[in-house]
Amino acid sequence: MKVLLGFGGSQASLEALERTVDRAVAAGDELTVALAETEGASHDELADRVEDAAEGTGLSVDLREIEGNHGSELVALAESEGFDELVLGSNTTSPMGKITLNKTAEFVLLNSHVTVTLVR
Amino acid sequence: MTTDRRYPETVSGPFEVPPVAFVDREERDIEIRPHDGSETEYEALVEMYTAFDPSDRAQGIPPGKEERVRTWLDGILADDCLNVIAWDGEIAAGHSTLVPDGDDDYELAIFVLQDYQQAGIGTHLIESLLGYGDEHGISKVWLTVERWNHPAVSLYEKVGFETTGAESFELEMAIRIDEDDN
Repeated sequence: MKVLLGFGGSQASLEALERTVDRAVAAGDELTVALAETEGASHDELADRVEDAAEGTGLSVDLREIEGNHGSELVALAESEGFDELVLGSNTTSPMGKITLNKTAEFVLLNSHVTVTLVR
Repeated sequence: MTTDRRYPETVSGPFEVPPVAFVDREERDIEIRPHDGSETEYEALVEMYTAFDPSDRAQGIPPGKEERVRTWLDGILADDCLNVIAWDGEIAAGHSTLVPDGDDDYELAIFVLQDYQQAGIGTHLIESLLGYGDEHGISKVWLTVERWNHPAVSLYEKVGFETTGAESFELEMAIRIDEDDN
């Protein structure tokens, strides 16, 4: 299966990265990681983290850099290049503990024609 | 959370201040009191939430398993939060809570056990929590609610909440219960 992971360096996206790498190794998925630069992490820093996560697994991960509106960029990439699944980490909660979706996750869920997995 | 939240200009209230005692529409004697911090009340809340119907869960809370209920309660019963509980004798029938959002404002949530719904408890519970909050110097309160949950939205509107954000999956509503310096 051809899997695209959106990765912005948040705790949730790190967990999604680990899980997606593990799954790709086990299932023989072809993994591409879209690096979504944020204020906290540059494309290079994100790429280093992905390489760390994949190190020793034998998995070769294709890296892409996305700019601008991360949600629409992810959807466009997933659809234009024939991905089977789009994976995102999302575990933001309100002070009360209510589950909330960030703008990227919300856009992707509403707009993607490719199957989406949200990792909690 | 975001710092650019809008609040109504108008101050709502004043609201009743707990303890509040009343007879609900099912003729049960209900008393609403602030949480006293005791183990007994904590365990009664655990019991209420583990019995909670999953279909009444909102955005993942209350959590489904007892262990997670306890972790969640530890957070919202902390010293900087305000909690009131509706009691039918020893049974916790409802609970509402104000949790600081790190921005000097508070997020509100309210839960009423299924057997006690549609009996007028929710209105007293939310009003007495707002009264209790006002007494503790809180001026601005917000919440989110799933947009299809019409009974909840009506309840919030009735006490003075206004819709302040409608662009997400959930509606965001806010109320002003006291003047502030902003």
